[in-house]
Amino acid sequence: MIQFIVRRLLASIPVLLGVAVIVFVLARVIPGDPCTATLGERANAQRCEQFNERYGLNEPIPAQLEIYLRDLASLDLGTSIKFGQPVTELLLQRMPTTVELTFYALVFAIIVGMTLGIVSASRRNSKVDVGSMMIANLGVSIPVFVLGLVLGFVFSVMLKDTPLALPGVAAGRLSAGFRFESIPEAWGLVDLDGPLRVILDFLSNMYTINGLLTLQFDLFIDAIRHLILPALALGTIPMAIIARMTRSSLLEVMGQDYVRTARAKGLRQRIVLFRHGLRNAMLPVVTVVGLSIGGLLSGAVLTETIFGLTGVGLTVFESIRARDYVVIQGMAVMVAIVYVVVNLITDLSYGFLDPRVRQT
Amino acid sequence: MTATTADSTGAPLPTGEAAAALGAGTSVWRRIFSQRPAVIGLSILAFLFTVALLADVITVYDAERSVIGIDPREFARPRAAPCIHLLGCPAEQPQHFMGLDGGVYDEFSRVVFGARVSLLIGFVTVGGAILIGMFIGAIAGYAGGWVDNVLMRFMDMLLAFPALLLAIVIVTILGPGLVEAMIAIAVVAIPIYARVMRSSVLAVRGQDYVVAARALGDGPVSILLRRVIPNSLTPMIVQGTLGIGTAVLEVAALSFLGLGAQPPIPEWGQMIGREYNNLQNAPHLILFPGLALTLTVLGFNLLGDGLRDAFDPRLAR
Repeated sequence: MIQFIVRRLLASIPVLLGVAVIVFVLARVIPGDPCTATLGERANAQRCEQFNERYGLNEPIPAQLEIYLRDLASLDLGTSIKFGQPVTELLLQRMPTTVELTFYALVFAIIVGMTLGIVSASRRNSKVDVGSMMIANLGVSIPVFVLGLVLGFVFSVMLKDTPLALPGVAAGRLSAGFRFESIPEAWGLVDLDGPLRVILDFLSNMYTINGLLTLQFDLFIDAIRHLILPALALGTIPMAIIARMTRSSLLEVMGQDYVRTARAKGLRQRIVLFRHGLRNAMLPVVTVVGLSIGGLLSGAVLTETIFGLTGVGLTVFESIRARDYVVIQGMAVMVAIVYVVVNLITDLSYGFLDPRVRQT
Repeated sequence: MTATTADSTGAPLPTGEAAAALGAGTSVWRRIFSQRPAVIGLSILAFLFTVALLADVITVYDAERSVIGIDPREFARPRAAPCIHLLGCPAEQPQHFMGLDGGVYDEFSRVVFGARVSLLIGFVTVGGAILIGMFIGAIAGYAGGWVDNVLMRFMDMLLAFPALLLAIVIVTILGPGLVEAMIAIAVVAIPIYARVMRSSVLAVRGQDYVVAARALGDGPVSILLRRVIPNSLTPMIVQGTLGIGTAVLEVAALSFLGLGAQPPIPEWGQMIGREYNNLQNAPHLILFPGLALTLTVLGFNLLGDGLRDAFDPRLAR
């Protein structure tokens, strides 16, 4: 198993390196120079000279690439031109929002998707099956931003002043003026420094986790209320894909001989379905869950834009508008790394689910 | 389908192989029509194509010109609600089925002409991606060795990015615009078709009939056109049909973010992107283009799924 992990890790190094180079090249061919884009009206020849000097833009491109790769190896993603702070720092600030959003979206997608799939497969061609698959077909077809806006309209405009009302479009992450304590503050660890502090700050920025860990339940509830609609909008496409995959995979497994044998020896339908069927049907489902992470990261750009959540997606969009290639580079590399790691975890879980994979 | 018929020039009647192909063709059509999703998908698309073709006939107002100066002044207000005479809208008020948008354009005309724009986007984008993907996949499959390795690893790297994010990066390089957004989405889609093509080439490369064709002196181009591509057509059509839905969706997403189609082009994503801040007082400007977009994507997805089930007997129920 360890050998398997190491081999997969080594195999992802060239991919990551290639991704880094592609991002670098892409960022350099963006038209318009970063200087005029950043300084705007204040830009003139002298200032641009200084600017280029400061950000190393005067070096020849190969030299820039070399510096870039060397910095990358030491986790230095450069300093953002627009936000004026190190990209790594910016990432640590914005990531929690996106992680939180995608986490809840994925939880929704897996729970609802698998339930729909299992129910459909076990009552094949019934009304429930047809209905679930209609939901699934509609779910993969409705654009994230349309669904987000429709949900926003229903729950924050139409149902306003009812108990079902939820914060909607451009609502942000918390209600206006909401005050709360960060985890270091609540735990009296304000003087703490180093990596532990970074981790605590990261967790603090995931408001639902912060609320639970520091027993600020009003924070948890407010944050969750702000997350429901974005998570629903973002999670619907993976939910639909998971539902369809669970159904078809389960149907295939239930047609196997060993399932017939299990039935023949008189096991209950429920046990056959879950122990013999579902466990073996999980492999393709896990694959689509892994693959849908990429879609979630893409969708996060749209969801965060609509709901005004300051996560990585919104930051990418803002940086592209400001031609802040340092941030674009950093975020793209980071997203690609996340993606590669997720694929790695997916592969590893095959070994966990199916002993046969471990052998090869 | 490709039925050969005798004509005045004395072309041969369909015999043997051609007749068999004809038979296979009809049975494929029967299989497609026996899939309920495919039939629903086809009906949706037929409806959309009709709307797109008859756009000029259906609409009264110009999709790219505001109604200021055409309608009485007191009614030509931005984001006016829909007015349908049958539903009790006063007769003296000009009829706008879907209301007016922020630029005082007739929303109905824009949604209807949007069908033209979106269908065009879908077919052109996917067509381009398929052509380039086929080319890359064919080279990789034929050449093998390091050429194959380099090309396919590069394709893998493109796939290592979430699609929309990569498209956003590409559009910033090219600059915002409808054509630029379509190029970005096409580039992002290329790896899929390159893979399909490559596996088709690998599948037939060692087959007897290809070896025979080569022995008869056919060059690689001729083998590619006459032996390989016809064999890869089925997965390409299935993949392409599903791909059109995705392409329409992704171009709309770019346009929504302001990176794709620019006004006054009636593109649904862009129409929604410009008005979503007015969701509270003008929901019709989100609802109608959103519905149109969903319907289009649904149509292609249902048809694509149906085609896949029809062509892949293993999945037959």
